Parts: sequence; C-alpha cells; structure tokens
Amino acid sequence: MALVLNEEQQMLKESAQGFLAEFAPLAELRKQRDAGSQTGYADNLWSQMVDMGWAAILVPEACGGLGFGHVGMGQIVEQSGRTLTASPLFATAILGVTAINSAGNEAQKSELLGAIARGEITTALAIDEKIHHAPTQISMTATKREGGYVLNGAKRFVADGSTADKLIVAARTGGEPGDMTGISLFVVDRTATGIGVDRTVMTDTRNYAEISFNNVEVAESGLLGAEGYGFNALSATLDAGNIYLAAELLGIAQETFDVTLQYLKERKQFGVLIGSFQALQHRAAHWWSEVELCKSVVLKALQSIDEGDDKSPALASIAKAKLCEIAELATNEAIQMHGGIGMTDEYDIGFFIKRARSAQIMFGDNSYHTDRFALLSGY
Amino acid sequence: MTDLQTFRQQTRDWLEENCPPSMREPVKGGEGMCWGGRNFTFESKEQQQWMERMGAKGWTAPDWPTEYGGGGLDKAQHKILREEMSRINARSPLDSFGIWMIGPALLKFGSEALKQQHLPPIVRGEIRWCQGYSEPGAGSDLAGLQSKGEDRGDHFIANGQKVWTSYGDKADWMFCLLRTDSEAKKQMGISLVLFDMLTPGVTPKPIKLISGSSPFCETFLDDVRVEKDQVVGEINQGWTIAKYLLTHEREMIGGMGMSEAGAETMSQTASRVLGVEQGRMNNPMLRAEVAKWEIDGACFALTAERVTDEVKSGSGVGATSAMLKYYGTELNKRRFETLLKINGSDGMIWDGEAAINGWLPRTWLRTKGNSIEGGTSEVQLNVIAKNILGLG
Repeated sequence: MALVLNEEQQMLKESAQGFLAEFAPLAELRKQRDAGSQTGYADNLWSQMVDMGWAAILVPEACGGLGFGHVGMGQIVEQSGRTLTASPLFATAILGVTAINSAGNEAQKSELLGAIARGEITTALAIDEKIHHAPTQISMTATKREGGYVLNGAKRFVADGSTADKLIVAARTGGEPGDMTGISLFVVDRTATGIGVDRTVMTDTRNYAEISFNNVEVAESGLLGAEGYGFNALSATLDAGNIYLAAELLGIAQETFDVTLQYLKERKQFGVLIGSFQALQHRAAHWWSEVELCKSVVLKALQSIDEGDDKSPALASIAKAKLCEIAELATNEAIQMHGGIGMTDEYDIGFFIKRARSAQIMFGDNSYHTDRFALLSGY
Repeated sequence: MTDLQTFRQQTRDWLEENCPPSMREPVKGGEGMCWGGRNFTFESKEQQQWMERMGAKGWTAPDWPTEYGGGGLDKAQHKILREEMSRINARSPLDSFGIWMIGPALLKFGSEALKQQHLPPIVRGEIRWCQGYSEPGAGSDLAGLQSKGEDRGDHFIANGQKVWTSYGDKADWMFCLLRTDSEAKKQMGISLVLFDMLTPGVTPKPIKLISGSSPFCETFLDDVRVEKDQVVGEINQGWTIAKYLLTHEREMIGGMGMSEAGAETMSQTASRVLGVEQGRMNNPMLRAEVAKWEIDGACFALTAERVTDEVKSGSGVGATSAMLKYYGTELNKRRFETLLKINGSDGMIWDGEAAINGWLPRTWLRTKGNSIEGGTSEVQLNVIAKNILGLG
C-alpha cells in the first residue's frame, strides 16, 4: 500500500482537526486540570465523539460499527496529540474494541462492541502490575470454580480505570510469571464486589487508577477467549495501543515543532529574530527531519494493522521506540528554545512534555521497545 | 495475459538468457562495479558482455527515450525490470555519472544536438563522465567558483583548478562549471560546459584519501579550449542546472550504501561475531546500539518510500532531498562506527585476504566523506532551515 492517505482518510483527518480545535482544545485541558476534574475532559465530550461516529470506527460492520480501519482512526489520534485531548477514545474505542474483537466470542462481540459503538459503555484495560510494563510477568490470579472464576491481585497505571464501566483484566489461570501461556482475559464490571479503585493524580492530568481485586467473582461468560490463551489477543491489543500512542506522540512532536518554529520567527533578542541564529536553525532543521521519519513509521505501522501484516508487532515496537525518542527530543527542545517563558505554567508548551512522558511510559518506553524489536528480530 | 504480464515474461526470459552467472553475485565493497568508458578494465569478459548486452537494449538507462539509445520504458515496465533483475540478484550493468547526473540534465536542459551527441554513448557505456564543480576556494560556497571561461567568439578558453573530481583520472569527458561573466552577480555569470578530458591543458591528479583509495582528483585547466556548442542551456545560466544536478547528487548519496543486495544486515553481522545466547546477543550495550540503528534505518527507508509515493500521488512537498541527504549520510556513518565496534581488533586490519583487503576500515573511513561531498550536513541543515522552515 502506498504510504499516503486516501481521500476519505484525509477528510477524516481534517474533520478531526476542526472538531478537536473547537470542542477539545488545550484550553479545555487546562480548565479541567484547574477545576480538579476526575476525567480530564468535559462531560459531554464523549457523547459528541460518539455522535461523530468515532466510537464505531474500529468496530466491524457486522457488530454495528463502521469498520473504517486503523489508518483513519490514527489520524484522529494524531490530531488529539496536537490538542492534548483526553477522552475515552483510547481506552474504549481502541483498546477495548481491539481486545474484545481479538479475543471475544460472537456473543461477546455483538453485545459489547455494539454497546461501545452506540456509546453505551466505556472500558479500561488493566494489565500492568509493576512500575515497568512487562505483560508476561502478570501474577494476578484467576482461580476456576463452579460457574466461573475468582480474581485476586492488583493492577496499576490503568487508563480510565476510575471511570470506565467495564474492566478488561489480564490474569493467570495457569503458568508462572514470565510464561506466555496461562494468561486469560476477563471482562468485569468496575463496580463488582471486591474491586477497589484508587484514582491516581498523574502528571498529565488524565484519569488513571490503581485497582485491587479481592476475591472478585466473574461468571464463565466474563472469560474473553480461551482459558490460558489470552496472550495473543493481549499482544495484538498492546501492539495497536502502542501504535496509537506513537500516533499521539507524533501529534505532540509536530505541534510543539510548529509552535516553536513560530516563536523563532517572532522572538527578538540582540535586536534580531532568534530564528536567524544558526545554532537554533540547525537544531530546528534536525528536529524537522526526525519528525519526517516519524510520520513515515506511524503511517506504515497503522497500515500494517489494517492489512493484518505479520510485521505488525515489529513495526509497533519500531514506531513506539522511535516516537518515544523524538517526543522526548521535541518536548525538551520546545522548552529550551522558548527560554524562560517555556518554564511558566501560563504558557501551554509545558502541557506537552507532561503528556508526552506518560504516553511514552504507557505499554513500554523506548528501552522496552528497542529490546523487544531486537528479540523479534532474532537477537 | 495483460501487456505488463507479457512484458514481465519476456524480460525474465531475456535476463535468464543474457545475464551471465557471475553477474548474479553480490558486489563487495565497491569492487566489481562497472564504470565503462575508454579507460576501463573489465574484471571479466562476462562483465563486459553484461554491460554491452544491457546497453544495446537501452536497459542501462531504462526510462530514457529510445531515440537517444534509452530503453523507453514507462514507470510500470521500469519497475518490472528492476524486480526481475533483483529476482536473480543481477548486478547493475553500468554505474555511471553519465546516467545518474549529466544525462538527466541534458534531457531536461540540453539542445537536440547535445542529446544526440552525448546520450547514446552514455547508454552504451562507451563514455565515462566526471563532474567539475568544487574548487579549492569554493566548497560549500560553490557559487564562489573562480575558474574562468574567457569568450573567444566561437569558443571559450578555460583556466583554473577543480577539486574533488570523482574518478577524474579515469573519466573521458567532464561536465564543468565555469565563470563566463566576471561582472555579473555571483550566481549569474556561471555556465555549464562539456569537454573531452583529452583536450590539451586538462590535467587530472589523483588525491589519496584517509581510506587509502583515490576516488577523487584535482583537475588543472590550463588554456583549455571549450566549444560554445558544448554549453548546456544558455551561456551564463548554468547555476540553475548546477542546482538541479546537486539535487540529483544529494538523492544519490543519501540513498547509497544503506544496504547492498544480498549482503548481511547489521544485526546479522553482530549476531555472527558476538554470538547470541537465549535469544539475546552477547554484549548488551552493542545490542542496544545495533537495535537503535536498525530502528532508525527502518524509519529512514520508510521515509524514502513515502517521499516517492507522495511525488507519485502529487501530494509531495518536494525539497526533501536535503533531508534525505543529511539523514542518510549521518546514518551511514553511524552504521560503520557500529560495525567497527562489533568487529573489535579485526576491524582495524588494513590488508590481507582474510579481512577482504581491509574492506571494513577503508569503507568506514570513506563514509566520513559522505556528509561532506555533495554539500555538507551543515549545508543541508541550512537548506532545510531556509527553504523549508523559512528561517532567515
């Protein structure tokens, strides 16, 4: 597939740009933060997005969705990196849909995916148990008993964990931490008995939670996929998640670049525009070049999910590793080139570095994905 | 069968019959390249056959018009030819600055007479070209060149010194920038002229590089007669063509050396030399360095692909050749620094058959020139800052 957007994807990108600038600009995130919001976004934002059809983009048509594909959804997420828009789009319409679509049986798909597409439920994916992402190291247990399972353990860094209606949880029905087999996926109500949700206040002002499971009972119908064989679906979900995080980081890298370039053309010192200094020109030109590489790898990675390409896992790690590196470069350069004003809370640029680092860490940072890429390549 | 399928089958059959077996083995370290021309020594009879057969078919310049000896292939056919050649690991039949540089410039800017005179011998590999651009006082500041062409009616008399003339001692003809109007503003008084290296007064002298090889010359011009009908485009309007050629050169250098067909990838080399235990390469620091390079290499290759696709679909921004040149050459330098670390003391062996005659240290040193020739990395960053980012 050519590495360019088709007309429909380009239109979606533009409509997302317009919508986000109007209804969920960065000023909204600031407002939410200052008001101590629990979600990080305005109450009616998700229903507006659902009305736009965004919750249904990845849901197959057979389940009441649009089946529009990942390249299209990626454009929305990239734009949301420019506006730093928080919403259930990532945890529900991307992670929730991908996990259920990869692992679920027909009944679960039609019930849950249909409900997501209609905006009736939101989801959160509960994976990590330690401070570093390590999906094979899951130790939370799911013990089989008559008619279902009992969950015990704790999860952390769960995006939308304090607000989602349903939790998608990875737990062990067998094996030891480190094994890929023995991991199973479950769907449970967030308000089920035995679940304790502790909202953590995070640097990016978004909604995450630490969640404890104390003898939580799940019916047989809550098992997503075959018992003990949830890792493939989990991997596919994490690959997609990482590719979308890379897309968001691409939006961040581009927006910080555009804002900084504008500043270089406005700010005067020593009687001249600071953009006339070669020391800054070369750094800006290098930064721009790196962003060009980022655009290519994010688009290729998104296409690879749509095509069911077997290089998708490697591309997910390449994209995430590269975008972690360049988002770090971009947000650091943005502050440095803005000088003192870049350090003020009043100026917006600081919001980008805060969101970028959270997005980098989620589902594995640069070092995790560089290591994973090497392993997938046989070294 | 569609026309393209027929073309593919015919191409496959023809290549099967005409590409000699030894021309289906990978080229190692610059050896085995075929430059053609009056002074070239073929490494084998098969190499000569391969060049001549492809040249006669016009497939050394597949997309040039047939009236100038080219293959006359459209984009789809050209792609098929490339695919069929790579399917059998066929070597490039002819490596040529004529095909890469002056040929495209002649096609775009040259008179009919110049095209008729120069293009067919380029296609057949009979005439090898070199580039007379840089001068001792005009490197990054190319437009500051001082070699003069004095107007003598129907010809110019050229005097001056060129430097970094690639293979100047082996080439047959030079395309050369001369100052033909010393009154005009810097860029305005320059002409692009063509002359035979055998013309009296032309003296190329090889320059030995830190890599031990001498791919470049300094070329002295002493009262060299250049006919006016050998000016490409208008007199004093050569700078536009020079810039066009520089773009070509950037693209060429930017894409060079990233991967030779059939050669080991960096991680394959590293795995072989360092060893892999329980799925992970021994030496975690180098493993990380290799992985980071391969990630950047993959992203760069995808970018070259995307730029091509954008041009095809008409959505490209253009002006990306500076970025590809900058990034590609820096990446290639990094590649050889890492390869050197992987190979330890073996990487310092300068001579001897076991070390492929010092291929690694010599190539490593040669890559240092990649970010200098064709415009330094710093010049490319200037071009990006000024032309793309609008920073004054």
